Amino acid sequence: MAPVTGELRDLQAEIQGYADEFGLEYFTQVFEVVDYEQMCEIAAYGGFPVRYPHWRYGMEYDHLVKSHTYGLSKIYELVINTDPCYAYLLEGNSFTDQKLVMCHVYGHNDFFRNNTFFGPTDRRMIDVMANNASRVRRYMDRHGVVAVESFIDVCLSIDNLIDPWAPFRSSHSAPVEGEEEEDGHRLRNVRGYLEDYINPPELIAKQREKARAEKEASKRKVPRRPERDVLGFLMQHAPLEAWEADVLGIIREEAYYFLPQMQTKIMNEGWASYWHSKLMTERALRDSEVIDYAEACAGVMSMAPGQLNPYKIGIELFRDIERRWDMGRFGAEWESCDDLRAKAEWDLQLGRGREKIFEVRRLYNDVTFIDEFFTLDFARELKFFTFQENRRTGRLEIESREFEKIKGQLLSMLTNFGQPFIYVVDANHLNRGELLLGHRHEGKDLKIDYARDTLRNLERIWRRPVSILTVVDDKPKRVRYDGSEVTISDEPAAFKV
Amino acid sequence: MISRIDKDHSRFREIVRGKIRKNLRKYISRGDLMSRKGKDTVSIPMPQIDIPRFTLGGNDKNGVGQGEGEPGDPIDGEGEQGQGGAGKAGEGEGDKSLEVEVTLDELAEILGEELGLPRIEPKGSDALDTKKDRYVSLRTTGPESLRSFKATFKRALRRQVASGTYQPGRPIIVPVREDRRYRSWRTEPRPQSNAVIIYMMDVSGSMGDEQKEIVRIESFWIDTWLRSQYSGLESRYIIHDATARLVEREVFFRTRESGGTMISSAYKVCAELIEKEFSPEAWNIYAFHFSDGDNWSVDDTSTCINLLRNVLLPACNQFGYGQVESPYGSGQFIKDIRNTLGEHEKLVTSEITSKDDIMDSIKEFLKGGR
Repeated sequence: MAPVTGELRDLQAEIQGYADEFGLEYFTQVFEVVDYEQMCEIAAYGGFPVRYPHWRYGMEYDHLVKSHTYGLSKIYELVINTDPCYAYLLEGNSFTDQKLVMCHVYGHNDFFRNNTFFGPTDRRMIDVMANNASRVRRYMDRHGVVAVESFIDVCLSIDNLIDPWAPFRSSHSAPVEGEEEEDGHRLRNVRGYLEDYINPPELIAKQREKARAEKEASKRKVPRRPERDVLGFLMQHAPLEAWEADVLGIIREEAYYFLPQMQTKIMNEGWASYWHSKLMTERALRDSEVIDYAEACAGVMSMAPGQLNPYKIGIELFRDIERRWDMGRFGAEWESCDDLRAKAEWDLQLGRGREKIFEVRRLYNDVTFIDEFFTLDFARELKFFTFQENRRTGRLEIESREFEKIKGQLLSMLTNFGQPFIYVVDANHLNRGELLLGHRHEGKDLKIDYARDTLRNLERIWRRPVSILTVVDDKPKRVRYDGSEVTISDEPAAFKV
Repeated sequence: MISRIDKDHSRFREIVRGKIRKNLRKYISRGDLMSRKGKDTVSIPMPQIDIPRFTLGGNDKNGVGQGEGEPGDPIDGEGEQGQGGAGKAGEGEGDKSLEVEVTLDELAEILGEELGLPRIEPKGSDALDTKKDRYVSLRTTGPESLRSFKATFKRALRRQVASGTYQPGRPIIVPVREDRRYRSWRTEPRPQSNAVIIYMMDVSGSMGDEQKEIVRIESFWIDTWLRSQYSGLESRYIIHDATARLVEREVFFRTRESGGTMISSAYKVCAELIEKEFSPEAWNIYAFHFSDGDNWSVDDTSTCINLLRNVLLPACNQFGYGQVESPYGSGQFIKDIRNTLGEHEKLVTSEITSKDDIMDSIKEFLKGGR
């Protein structure tokens, strides 16, 4: 591994100049040149030089090296959210490619630094991960590789059960319960003399007593209200040895660190692509490089069947926003205009596009980004459709070009980044110390075989039976693992929050 | 220094090997590994190595895509569509089945460990030596390109010290002609063993698809094991009903003939083959014959037994007879040869009733370590 020198260092200085010119705000950018195996190693470690030892990194590495050897894929760029921001360049890439990658990286860097959702992440994560790694190694020396590794497996099995909003709450503890609210047990009564009939005092007293008892009970309940940060909850409440709790904490910390990258995949890649395109075509590109650049760019932007390309949809949306705010195609006046011709010729010459996209990159995540800016015109222009598997032929077929459907589908894919909503409901379920989880069903069932295995892993942490309330084929169900077998039983009602 | 990823990688391989070993019986009896065979590797589906999570499943594959086309047009595979459409950002992971690749050597090793197979001691190694030149010695003459600087320097140093011209304060060593040493080769014998497997299969009308599948699976594993034991392994395939002929590998596994069964025909072809191509002195010969044991006549069976006793068994390291149970066969043949040649050290017989027996049968065939 070596920092860039010579030609590439000059190139970096040149591109940084363009980035400044367009107003990108970035962390100090460090490029390092690595060979392919190093690139695969770093990529397997999620972009970091040192992670705790675990076989899945080896698996990932195996996969990356092989697909490179067979010419199936190639890692162009790798950049991580740290300050200074590290990015890796692949040794032997053409000069044009390196140029493109550098421009792209400055886009990511600016996004990391400015997007709100990256705000709470630790920018010194390289050190944190290295420290985590050395702690895990020490545990392995003390307790054996297999013991620690299999516990890591267990923790990884639940590393998606975190609360995306937790980093934004000032304190992690639940807010203080408000004082006794308005007297809700009394029926509305406009005629004073009927008061005793409509609201008999003894009934009111009884109801109050009941509500108070319920409230008292819920105060003793752990957790007080359904808790999405399952990892955090287990860290505090599960009967873990000190090293186990620490390992669980490490997994949780790293999961929270990677969270914003999952929340802003489309925006982040779109923003970086927007800027590589801008910087390259308007500044950095030389005549002799145009063909190479165009080819590389086309490769990145292509849509393969079965995959949604975040680069493509992201860059197009940013360009669309810029155009709309340049021409004033937004707001009530624009929305309510029914005259198609007026709309086609609509141009208020506001020139606010650039300003707007900088604002969007600061304040939005993928869900809000799509929700707000994915418009009917945009969907039409870019020929979006929904597709579905034809059960008979097993092939994927275009289902519809209805805007509502497309947008609904996109949003449901992005909500909670396609992960289920899982809550800790009760830590003393049935008064037997069992753990009860709830799955808030949003139309899609859990993969049941995976759910079974995950329950087993949860039981390993909780050391008491673990159940989850879910819905299978529209019927409320409870899946329970008692330490020896998994049972599925009916439930009267689905879990709600 | 071993890099960190190498440790993680070898840990991963270790886990894979463990899983394969644990599920070996399943893999063997299912036989779907052969279809996944590449040149030197096999890819094995291994979902259980994935980390389970609460994820959304649902059998519907749906999503959002971009491109031309009317509702109802297919978007995957060959088609008229422009750009194809696209899956789900978060999905996929659980859907793609996880496959790992292992080399055939690794697979053979796992098989060997699991079944406790002894390594094979090749016979007649003296006669089979090949010679290999290795540059390990020094000479006083040779081309300059092979001059050994270190040895030359040492000779010169020794000479100067002995003649008193060496000055420790000014240690200049000047080699002269006599000091020069050149790297040179020594010819070393390297044992190499040649081996051939001759597979014979009964393809008469009574051998159904399931029986052939069993033969196919069993041959694959025998092949894998023997290949790991010998560097240059040849295979020959003979099929027979009432007559026998030498065929290509593909034909061996695909053919469905019909008609009667004369096992002796195959044994004759086998004997001729050995005589013509594979002299028993120079070759380790393995012969395996699979049949449902329903031979045409008692006379033919006794011809077989004579051929085995006088020709095939003396020539082969081992002769394996595997009898696959078939609803039509009488299964008499295995009893006949057991009765007459039962105790012959080179003869191994095995009965295979179903796919589940394949593993035991393989063990039976290979445990002798011949």
